[in-house]
Amino acid sequence: MPADFKWTEPRTWFRVAQPSGESTQLSRRHVYILPTRYGWLYALLLLATLTGAINYSLSMGFAMTFWLAGLGSVSMLHTWRNLAHLKISPYRAQPVIAGQPALFEFKVSEENNRARYAVNAMFQGQGQDCRDIPALADSIFKLTLPTQRRGWLKAPRVVFSTQFPLSLFNVWAYAEIDHNCLVYPAPGPHSLAMASPDMQAKEGQQHSLQGNDDFAGHRTYQFGDSPKRVDWKASSREQGLLTKLFQGEATSTLWLDWRTTTDDNTESRISQLARWVVDAENNHLSYGLRLPQLEVKPHSGSAHYHQCMTALALM
Amino acid sequence: MQAPSQPRMPHLLWLLFALSCTFGLHAFNLHYWISIAFAGLAIWRYLIEKYQWPYPPLWLRLPMTILGGVAVLGTYGSLFGRDASVALFAVMIALKLLETRNARDYIVMIMLGYFLTINTLLFSQAMWVSFAILLPIMALTACLIAVSHPNATLPWATQAKLSGKLLLQSVPIMLVLFVLFPRIPGPIWGIPHDAYKGMTGLSDSMEFGTISDLSLSSKIAFRAEFQSAIPDNSALYWRGPVLWHQEGRRWRMTSDTLPLKQESLEVFGSRVDYTITLEPHNKNWLLLLDMPIALPADAYAKHDLQILTKQPVRTRIRYAGQAHPQYKLGQTLGERERTLALQLLEDENPKTLQLAAQWRKDLAAPLDIVNAALRMFREQEFIYTLAPPRLGENPVDDFLFNIRRGFCEHYASSFVYLMRAAGVPARIVTGYQGGEINPNGNYLIVRQSDAHAWAEVWLKDKGWVRVDPTSAVAPNRIEYGISNSVSDANLLPILARQDYPILKKLYLNWDAINNGWNQWVLGYDEQKQLQLLKKLLGEKIAWGDIGLLLMSVLIGLMLVISYLLLRNKTIILDPLRKTYQQFLSKLGKIGLVKANHEGAIEFGERAAQRLPEQVSEIEAISRLYSDLQYASLDKTDNRHQTALQLLKQLVKNFKIN
Repeated sequence: MPADFKWTEPRTWFRVAQPSGESTQLSRRHVYILPTRYGWLYALLLLATLTGAINYSLSMGFAMTFWLAGLGSVSMLHTWRNLAHLKISPYRAQPVIAGQPALFEFKVSEENNRARYAVNAMFQGQGQDCRDIPALADSIFKLTLPTQRRGWLKAPRVVFSTQFPLSLFNVWAYAEIDHNCLVYPAPGPHSLAMASPDMQAKEGQQHSLQGNDDFAGHRTYQFGDSPKRVDWKASSREQGLLTKLFQGEATSTLWLDWRTTTDDNTESRISQLARWVVDAENNHLSYGLRLPQLEVKPHSGSAHYHQCMTALALM
Repeated sequence: MQAPSQPRMPHLLWLLFALSCTFGLHAFNLHYWISIAFAGLAIWRYLIEKYQWPYPPLWLRLPMTILGGVAVLGTYGSLFGRDASVALFAVMIALKLLETRNARDYIVMIMLGYFLTINTLLFSQAMWVSFAILLPIMALTACLIAVSHPNATLPWATQAKLSGKLLLQSVPIMLVLFVLFPRIPGPIWGIPHDAYKGMTGLSDSMEFGTISDLSLSSKIAFRAEFQSAIPDNSALYWRGPVLWHQEGRRWRMTSDTLPLKQESLEVFGSRVDYTITLEPHNKNWLLLLDMPIALPADAYAKHDLQILTKQPVRTRIRYAGQAHPQYKLGQTLGERERTLALQLLEDENPKTLQLAAQWRKDLAAPLDIVNAALRMFREQEFIYTLAPPRLGENPVDDFLFNIRRGFCEHYASSFVYLMRAAGVPARIVTGYQGGEINPNGNYLIVRQSDAHAWAEVWLKDKGWVRVDPTSAVAPNRIEYGISNSVSDANLLPILARQDYPILKKLYLNWDAINNGWNQWVLGYDEQKQLQLLKKLLGEKIAWGDIGLLLMSVLIGLMLVISYLLLRNKTIILDPLRKTYQQFLSKLGKIGLVKANHEGAIEFGERAAQRLPEQVSEIEAISRLYSDLQYASLDKTDNRHQTALQLLKQLVKNFKIN
């Protein structure tokens, strides 16, 4: 009986396989079995044929009924062993932005030299994946989970189940797996104005904006570009708004600063910063992030983006 | 909870294959239109799957279902009874094919398919049927496996193999249950009246032609094993219904309600002990060798020593018999019995009546009258034939004075008619005469073609004496059996004839196997069960112990099977993995642990950073391992083996400084 057993709490009636080290093993103590509704139907069928065999004194009727009864019992063992002794370890979980589904990947290893078929995994009620696991090999199960809040998202309890080979029995096990997915804050709405580069200039990047008059080219308008710099003439020729770029600006550095965010609410300020990080990343800008307790040096590229978002997620 | 998967073509093919096998077996039992309807519906369902046709809507399926029911009602005249209810069930299954779409429908269909397959045993439990139904059972199981695999990626051969494996693994359970499950004598409720249709055998009445018709059947009536030597063919008179009442062309048994005196029986000479395995004939008499001196269990003797059972014989039964070929039956003849034994409708067959009256006048002694009749059969042009012509208005006259061609019932009935007309009490006895010895197993096979009719006359001081008028016409019939005596033996079923010795030999071998099957598989009932257990476990065992025995044996068996199937096998790593594991454990000692998600190369690079002096070794091992693992080389390939040897050497020499 599980340690935290309580009559009133059905959730506590079952043992849950706990991680030991990196992986979690579905040992025989964690594997439960019950007939499915098809199992009951099968039992009813056998009862009917048995009654017929008795009534008509059909010796072969007895034999076939007993054979099918044997088949049911053997399938029970096969179903059980299709799940038992699997080892599950966390594999990957790419960070996601809050609101997008998190994708948890689990590595399920077969170590008993028996191929497993149609093993089903799901978080209770959500996400589902069904795969085969070859003998002495691994399969990666992918389960999605909706996200709402930024920060670490711990994988909930996973239910592994199978009904293979005959669907007469359902075998299942609960497993806690030490797996976490980082959820980045959701970027705020586009309407929030990014601190303008002009304003940034005053903040310490004066030198980079010196060549303001050296026209260097155009780029598509982005939120936060000063209306003064929109090239209206060029925009009317082309489709969409164009912003004039000046010498030195392509490499100009943005400082995305906690203090320049407009809202009072912490979460709103974080999502505003997240919006700026996403926009800056999309435009291949070099940007730095300044938070109350942390400063990320200006840089650009994917690794930098993830560093900034991680900082925001865990703030 | 399982992924909702749509079964596809492979699933459908399994299902259609299994059901085709089942309907194929049922084709012998059900009206042919049902097989045709199934074939049509199966093809329709196949085309739906193949060309993505729409499924027929309810407004089409509903009238089809009603039509199916009405058609069964029209064909069988009822929806109940064995034939009609199986037919209805089969038709409904065939129709249900058209609404079998998702996994749930398939599984329900498979269950119904199992039921329909087992239903074939209601019609025949012959050995070949019992083996043939394994094919649909296996196919249904394979289909269930396919449906249970939502990704539907298993190859069909794997499904078939797994199905066979599961069925084989369940054989021990089947055997234990078969032997030990307490056999409750049926029936629990009423059995449909048509359940025993198609059983052949003697009837409780006889007309001209009934026995010659029966003689055309090669079906087995019963088999007899003799504990003593098998008596001569001429002594093998197997007693069946005794017919007293003459009603024109028809002879009938006496009614059970008539209070007639039991005939006395004195026996002499040696006793014959034998055991009969009687095929079910749905009539309540047993066949025993003349004259029986002991009654099988649950049987009783009529006044004329016809042996009856309380229930019609509807399953194959086995009983012991004891007979004395020499006997004296019915010392005295009561007034009522004499009247019955002389009863005759006297308004027909004037020529016969005239002949009898003549004999009665000329020959006073009854024995002389009997001999006169036999002499007539022997000396005049009477022919023993399986295909007697139809007899006219006065059948006995027509037979005796005109046609003179007949089978045993013609001779027996006209003889008895003559005797009664001449004042000699006489009756007809029907049964079987002779049989064929099967040297494989030393038993006697008695077929319907051995059916026979003879006469018994009552003579003062001698009692009821058997007189076989057929023997006067065709002595070989009694000495050597029917195939040596009848003028048109080619009308006989091939197996009752003499002209195909090899075929006959094969048949006799086959019959010996069949006999074993009947005795030990089909005939395994509550008595056999108790008998077997007593033999195995001693006499003390009682009926009530069987349940306990079954439970303990079954639990023991399940434990063994569970152990064999579920034991957590010690993992035998393949040599490649084992070698690499040694390498990992060497690195593990200095805290370098390969993470699960890390590949061998990745980990090698990390290890090389920690151990810069051994970069080349680590890299070599990692690369070799990775190559061996992912190269699709056969494990027995020479190149694989040499590379593995190299890896083993490298790992062995690898030391952390």
